[in-house]
Amino acid sequence: MTDRSQTFAKVASLIEPFNKKGVEVTEQTRFAQDLEWDSLTVLDFVANIEDEFDVIISMNMQAEIETVGQLVDAVDRLAKAS
Amino acid sequence: MTDLLSKFDPLIEQRQALLDRGVTDPFNLTMERVESPTVAICNGRRTILLGTYNYMGMTFDPDVIEAGKKALDEFGSGTTGSRVLNGTYQGHRECEAALREFYAMDHAMVFSTGYQANLGIISTLAGKDDYIILDIDSHASIYDGCALGNAQIVPFRHNDLDALEKRLKRVPEGAGKLVVLEGVYSMLGDIAPLKDMIRIAKENGAMVLVDEAHSMGFIGKNGRGVAEAQGVIDDVDFIIGTFSKSVGTVGGFCVSNHPKFEILRLVCRPYVFTASLPPSVVATAATSIRKLMHGSEKRAHLWENSKTLHAGLKKLGFMLGTEEPQSAIIAVIMPNLETGAAMWEALLHEGLYVNLARPPATPQGMTLLRCSLCALHSSQQVEEILGMFEAAGRAVGCIS
Repeated sequence: MTDRSQTFAKVASLIEPFNKKGVEVTEQTRFAQDLEWDSLTVLDFVANIEDEFDVIISMNMQAEIETVGQLVDAVDRLAKAS
Repeated sequence: MTDLLSKFDPLIEQRQALLDRGVTDPFNLTMERVESPTVAICNGRRTILLGTYNYMGMTFDPDVIEAGKKALDEFGSGTTGSRVLNGTYQGHRECEAALREFYAMDHAMVFSTGYQANLGIISTLAGKDDYIILDIDSHASIYDGCALGNAQIVPFRHNDLDALEKRLKRVPEGAGKLVVLEGVYSMLGDIAPLKDMIRIAKENGAMVLVDEAHSMGFIGKNGRGVAEAQGVIDDVDFIIGTFSKSVGTVGGFCVSNHPKFEILRLVCRPYVFTASLPPSVVATAATSIRKLMHGSEKRAHLWENSKTLHAGLKKLGFMLGTEEPQSAIIAVIMPNLETGAAMWEALLHEGLYVNLARPPATPQGMTLLRCSLCALHSSQQVEEILGMFEAAGRAVGCIS
């Protein structure tokens, strides 16, 4: 697997515990509209992502991230920078 | 034309649905007359007030009222100007002197409201490339202060030491760090483990701001707040507070020992670009603050009230926001907004006013009946209040 597909697989596995509706997770899946997450779920999920990849995803960055694919890109970029 | 208000349609519908059930609008109550810090006339009925921030009952203090009247006579009804132009009167200076003495700190800066104090200080301290690490349950004014600035905003789970530490350690080398905490969180009435949080913040090179709005005058030996009670006030870089709670009027402030603090008066936009407080308001605030320095007996009675109400509500079978009383706020958790509104109305009919609190103000989507006690509630009033909760709770079916 490439780095990116590894990141995607890891992100997808971290989504699963919060995927109450059993939505199929793809690059295009949107957190708000498709997964229907509220702010507290987002906090818990972001905390798990931050711990897994040892990065900070600030609220400013979260505002720019709508889809799973965008999150994978952001995580890859942040992990490389650190 | 796109109607810019159409985005509020879901809220308009939710509100209408609630009112259509025939309940009194919980967000539109009028106090027709106010008899004292603990009693008002609402809808023609004598009502015990258990949903104000009048913790120390200073609003009708004779010395406070007298000071306000005198200032109104001598200095007029308003300043019509900014603190940095024509809006700093002798009274503003005296009010800041009272704050410096109250907190035993070097600097004090008075804002027109507590909201503006958070808005101004937070947005001015943390600029682009700095990081603000804040508790997720922070007050709206803290979030708005973050939004007004350009810093990176990093929330952590409420009162979670481990989550705070992890985030601090991940902030890039060299970036400025401001940790923002509150002494008392006003929705559930719980306090923060400031001693450990401030230690962690300092170990990781962060400056610390603590909002002590709901603890001033009441918590700590001298009423300086939770940081004083936990013995760490000297490690706090900035304390934010308000005159609209224990002080009993309106206004906000920041106190600090930072040697460069005074420059903030020139660069803090919510301080500069608004009119200063009226002379009567700063005169009442200064008088009230000085009286709060000697309020230890009132503080003791307020703790008694808080303990009695907490124990009584628990015994009746209500679910409360904290296991033990931690402040003057006791939050009763309601299963949903409908039951909360029904209970709120039943209490009002009994002659008791509490705050109905709901999202987005509340954490985790909760509906709360928030009770805040006053040092001037008599022990007998607290017993009356418990009787009203029992009657309303049974009528609505909240308790068996």
